[in-house]
Amino acid sequence: MSDHLPDPILSVRDLRICAARQHQILHGVSFDILPGETYGLVGESGSGKSVTGLAVLGLLKRPLAVNGGALYFKDRELLKLSARERRRLRGDRMAMVFQEPMTALNPLATIGRQIAEMFVIHRGMGWTQARAKAVEALENVRVPAPEERARAYPHQLSGGMRQRVMIAMALACRPDLLIADEPTTALDVTVQAGVLELIADLCRAEGTAVLLVSHDLGVIANMCQRVGVMDRGRLVEEQDTRALFENPLHPYTRGLLAARPRLGSRIAGQRGRLTELDQVVTASDRGRDAPTLVTPRGPREEVTA
Amino acid sequence: MRLRFNFTLGLVLVLTAVVCALGAPWLAPFDPILDADLMSSELPPGGGHLMGTDGQGRDVWSRVLYGAQVSLAVGVISQVINSCIGTALGVSAGYFGGWWDDLVNGLTNVMLAIPSLVFALAIMAVLGPGLPSLLIALGLTNWSWTCRIARSSTLSLKNQGFVQAARTAGFGDLNIMRTQILPNILGPVLVIGTLGIGSAILAEAALSFLGIGIRPPQPSWGNMLSDARELIRTAPWAAIFPGLAIFATVLGFNLLGDGLRDMLDPHMRTRKA
Repeated sequence: MSDHLPDPILSVRDLRICAARQHQILHGVSFDILPGETYGLVGESGSGKSVTGLAVLGLLKRPLAVNGGALYFKDRELLKLSARERRRLRGDRMAMVFQEPMTALNPLATIGRQIAEMFVIHRGMGWTQARAKAVEALENVRVPAPEERARAYPHQLSGGMRQRVMIAMALACRPDLLIADEPTTALDVTVQAGVLELIADLCRAEGTAVLLVSHDLGVIANMCQRVGVMDRGRLVEEQDTRALFENPLHPYTRGLLAARPRLGSRIAGQRGRLTELDQVVTASDRGRDAPTLVTPRGPREEVTA
Repeated sequence: MRLRFNFTLGLVLVLTAVVCALGAPWLAPFDPILDADLMSSELPPGGGHLMGTDGQGRDVWSRVLYGAQVSLAVGVISQVINSCIGTALGVSAGYFGGWWDDLVNGLTNVMLAIPSLVFALAIMAVLGPGLPSLLIALGLTNWSWTCRIARSSTLSLKNQGFVQAARTAGFGDLNIMRTQILPNILGPVLVIGTLGIGSAILAEAALSFLGIGIRPPQPSWGNMLSDARELIRTAPWAAIFPGLAIFATVLGFNLLGDGLRDMLDPHMRTRKA
């Protein structure tokens, strides 16, 4: 690590994930998230963004498995921890917000109870105290009439409200890292802005680092300090957000930016498709361990897979 | 509307049986065992005997009331045991999968393949007649449907967003099963349970009829039928009334279970909401 940067809260080193021990899904991804920073991961569907997030939490499902690399979370090597230790970290030190607020809440338990469970499990509180803290948590995510809403069931809330509840649950124990996997994709645009602002505000106030997984470049541009672009299981480019949007270095990034829908560009032929790449930066040439956060591009090689 | 009616009818029948069982000491005009009077045997219904008397001059109405105690106790307790075994095995098998799932599945299939009455017969033969062994025999032989239902519901639930979310929130496996999965499968398990009570009552009657259920002087609907077998021509009421009691109670539990299933059906619920 370099001298002028604080120690990262999460350091992903050459992470490799395979499916059924044969198909490589992630070809060695490395990036750091600094304390309090919002780091964006963009890329098209299937590029490995969500899988990276799940691997950090230790929740990859068979046949997916990590088969190389290392994950450092505050100087602890996550992959060497026991299942029990990793479970203790989940929800307490690192939390996740899902894409689908409609299914991510237990339909048979009240909102208040579900948030209170976080305090009971991770803080060992009694139910009465946990319930009071849950109402407080609902208030923090700007849910109107929190006392009343704590007694409501998930189906009585709108999508935006549910996502706020999810955020309240995720941030209940003041984690160091929040993994937000497309947190606003299922919401409509006006609600989206509010939820994003909420995440940004709360995390800034608590100094929580955020790993924001999204395919929405607009969201990324608004939220993140730094962005990593993923393509077919490789991190092809990593830059400060402003630099990335102003001067995308990798052709895939350029293609991704060019593929953004824009108002008034419906005339056929003017809006290009996402450019197909037949080349990709090899993992070994990227020199990610160099003491700079801007990754220089290495020579490209033909894609074989 | 029709569904409501069925459910209410089931509830009334079951509650009647419960009141009969609990109130037997006060409702029964005679002692079911001691008030035997061979001089007044095989009396037809009417007079001092609401349902007549049986071959040994015992009051059929009193014996039906006391028999309700046995039948309901056997039905409810053995089904509670069944539901607990079935739910525990089914949920854990569905949740963990792997070799445990295979094992439980195999066991379930074996249980389904052997007729449960035959299996219960074998257990009773080993343990001897009596209420405790009857509870064990019926409680261990009828959990396979509960297990099946619990397992398949768990399989579909464990990939739901909220179970995944609970995992990311640091819930342990046991906690997930208890707080996330169990409440969501309680509906079907409850329904299967009420239906199972009916079949447990029938099984008790069958075993007692065969002479290896409840020991004779103590009345149960099954051994009353068995005793009345020889009197079917001379004193049919001794067989008809316990038979009717079984019929009404089993019908009640089945209607209750059916109604419960309809009430717990999410489609019905959304229509109401």
